Amino acid sequence: MALLVLMGKRFGMSTNLETMCSIGGAGKLVDHFKTDVKSKRWSLLVMLGVVFGGFLGAKVLSHNQEVAISENTVTKLKALGFESAGNAYLPTELFATENLSSPLGWVILLIAGFLVGFGARYAGGCTSGHAISGLSNLQWPSLIAVVGFFAGGLLMIHVLFPIIFGL
Amino acid sequence: MKNLAFILIGTFFGIVLYKSEAASWFRIYEMFQFDAIHMYGIIGTAVGLGILFVQWVKKNKIKSFQKEEITISPKKKTFVANAIGGVLFGLGWALAGACPGPMYALVGAGFVTILVVVLGALLGAFVYGLLKSKLPH
Repeated sequence: MALLVLMGKRFGMSTNLETMCSIGGAGKLVDHFKTDVKSKRWSLLVMLGVVFGGFLGAKVLSHNQEVAISENTVTKLKALGFESAGNAYLPTELFATENLSSPLGWVILLIAGFLVGFGARYAGGCTSGHAISGLSNLQWPSLIAVVGFFAGGLLMIHVLFPIIFGL
Repeated sequence: MKNLAFILIGTFFGIVLYKSEAASWFRIYEMFQFDAIHMYGIIGTAVGLGILFVQWVKKNKIKSFQKEEITISPKKKTFVANAIGGVLFGLGWALAGACPGPMYALVGAGFVTILVVVLGALLGAFVYGLLKSKLPH
């Protein structure tokens, strides 16, 4: 973030979602997407870098992909049917490639993504734009958004998870 | 040259996201269960250093690499949008276990299914654009 500020930019990740919509031709349908893609190009380059960084982090710099989450968390997840807790980077119950053959797998991932995309743009930023950049710049709107992020997250984990995965 | 710098900054961020496990669904779940300090440490450190850095830039009127004045445009004050959008984002963040940054990193890490989440996120951003004029802000 510091380097981007020094380059005269404002760090954030979710604007790229809109830019990709614009590139896809969404500007023909709604004015909101009529933006100058060129002025957002730097951000897409950062995003490409993040993809590459993820590749390096996973394939070059890591030997085992297990995430050593706390015992408590493992117990809670196993109770919800997440047997991969503690043995993987992402839960295979949701992210195994075979899940793409089940409609339910698609529905959960699509809804999750939709909420992230819609919510981030509605709120005007995501974890990087609001929580990290916005709070660093002591922005009130960002604090409200971050409180919202946590409220939503707690609601999902504590109220909706037992309903979605408990069945 | 500048383009390369942007890609390198992204690459560094991607490695940090993956290696710090901030891109792991499990870490997000653990955070919302308050079972470990892991994610709070990462976000707290980022924000703490960020605040110091931004204040330093503002106080000393630090110039950018292009020798221009640095102005960080403030976030728009739209209470309703920040709050409702924030809660919706939080719901998705906890379910997907990833926010936009880590999503891109996970694509690179080779998780095919995360592409469905990215597709959902694109749809979400698109639908927001469609409905923007009708939503309270």
